[in-house]
Amino acid sequence: MRVIFSIAKTHLLAKPKQSLVAMLGVTFGIGMFVAMVSLMSGLNNFTEELTMTSSPDIHIYKDITEPQVAIIEQLNPGEFNYVHHPKPKNESQKIRNAFQIAQLIRQDPDVLGAAPQLSSQVFYNFGPVQLNGNISGVDILEEDKLFDLSSKMKAGEISGLLTTTNGLIMGSGLAKTLSLTVGDVVIVTSPEGVTISLKVVGIFQMGLGEIDNTRSYANIATVQKILGKDQGYITDINVKLVDLHQAKDKAVQIQSIFGYKAEDWETANATFLAGAVIRNVMTYSVSITLLIVAGFGIYNILNMTIFSKMKDIAILKATGFAAKDVTGIFMTQSLVIGIVGSVLGLILGFVLSYLLSLAPFDGGDVIAMDALPVSFDPLYYVIGIVFGVATTAVAGYMPSRKAGHVDPIEIIRGI
Amino acid sequence: METKGINKYFHEPQKFQVLKDINLKVYKGEFLSLVGKSGCGKSTLMYLLSTMDTDYEGSLEINGESLTGKKADYLASFRNQHIGFVFQFHFLLPEFTALQNVMIPALKLGKLPESKIRKRAMEKLEMLGITDQAEKMSSKLSGGQQQRVAIARALINDPALIMGDEPTGNLDSTNSDIVFDIFKKLTRDFGQTIIAVTHDDDFAANSDRTIEMSDGKIVS
Repeated sequence: MRVIFSIAKTHLLAKPKQSLVAMLGVTFGIGMFVAMVSLMSGLNNFTEELTMTSSPDIHIYKDITEPQVAIIEQLNPGEFNYVHHPKPKNESQKIRNAFQIAQLIRQDPDVLGAAPQLSSQVFYNFGPVQLNGNISGVDILEEDKLFDLSSKMKAGEISGLLTTTNGLIMGSGLAKTLSLTVGDVVIVTSPEGVTISLKVVGIFQMGLGEIDNTRSYANIATVQKILGKDQGYITDINVKLVDLHQAKDKAVQIQSIFGYKAEDWETANATFLAGAVIRNVMTYSVSITLLIVAGFGIYNILNMTIFSKMKDIAILKATGFAAKDVTGIFMTQSLVIGIVGSVLGLILGFVLSYLLSLAPFDGGDVIAMDALPVSFDPLYYVIGIVFGVATTAVAGYMPSRKAGHVDPIEIIRGI
Repeated sequence: METKGINKYFHEPQKFQVLKDINLKVYKGEFLSLVGKSGCGKSTLMYLLSTMDTDYEGSLEINGESLTGKKADYLASFRNQHIGFVFQFHFLLPEFTALQNVMIPALKLGKLPESKIRKRAMEKLEMLGITDQAEKMSSKLSGGQQQRVAIARALINDPALIMGDEPTGNLDSTNSDIVFDIFKKLTRDFGQTIIAVTHDDDFAANSDRTIEMSDGKIVS
């Protein structure tokens, strides 16, 4: 009713500083929430994307550390068998018929691409410098299809691998440490002691130090040469799916069909994902705490206001205002504080987010970042205003109800 | 108004009967004074008659309607329409102007549009001789002026009954006389019923009827 609104309005405007303080609590809480969530999500999304684009959805390989069932189980099934201290056999890491398997997997409509790969630990030598790293033998075109390698090239072209048999596309970190540029020749040594000269035909940067500082790409044939293996020797197959959320199920499928270990990206990046979840939990916890504190502030202020207005409430009731009218007057004040405070909070949050996105931040070698990534999803703003109004409504409700139930006689008699 | 067998008890600090078997009739257009020594229960009786206090035994009727046992919200609405109060301490809402204070009960009743209410409020203020104070913040008025605004507020919905708890208690003799004259005019010219609790003997002597109380009982 209009009378209720006008009384509430007069109350709020009569004590502008007090109303403002209550509002600022909500504003601050929501502003920080929006800024923090935007920053956290920005960071999470950025690192997730980097990790995702440079790692396969499903990684197929032969896991020699997986516990093997002892052969005695086949001889005496169901009986109590005890094998003491089994030692691993010197098993080959080869995936049999790897190219055929990759071809079969490619035929699945859910699959974007399947790239066979042969990798090995190696030493990179350039003059006196010797670095530990790994080399990935790949079909460069298939690899480009999966990981968009061509867009990550800092120097040279991926086609260089096709024209130069002993070509090498090197990670930017590696190249920097070895002081190499396109055209240089680097000596690569395998753990078995085989040495080979490779020519740098390109330099890539994925953005993750983990990769850029250790990895190089070469033709599969080159790496087979280094390892002294035949042309059919492949140790890994990398698969990218159309929908990466199918990875877990598909991995199980592939493992059961082909028998080799198929690891989906979720399992492989479990720690990273857990980290993201924890960061989210922290962000929301801090924000909710801020809002609860703001809520307490409002509860306090409303309580004080109502206490100082006991006489007025008694008069209103004496002149005919019902309990719910009085409750309405104070709830209105609470909600106005909530809504105005929240809207100001959203604006503050946006300004903070924007300033953060301009802040320079050097990720150094670990990650390629020169400013803080901030996510401006409108969802956060919606959550912000809902939180803000809900908190003030709850905080204001109890004092308002109390005001409604004030007995005018007690007040008047008490004067 | 009629009451039958009203008894009331206070429970703190211990059970104490403050009103004993009150039976009284008040006629329309009467100017009635309620007198007695301090603590005899006259204010208590008045708040009971005003429907603000519902904790009593017995029955209360106003204009033929029984009000005993009705809900608080119903009584609030009843008061809004039919009863006007003047307290000893004027109790105006300090953040509002004199005019706004007078208008508020009528805005709550909601029977007339705001412009009409404003006009009527000005009329009441004129009746009390303080139109020049209409737009002033009520907290800035003198005691006598505030009391007159309070009376105007009590009148805004043209209630059947006006009740005053020591309406001149806080006023000097000039202002007391002004208030008394206004009350007299209201009963005589406008036919309103007024019940006032008072310590002022002159006030009581000049009203139509006086009811004296002692120790919770009516004695005359």
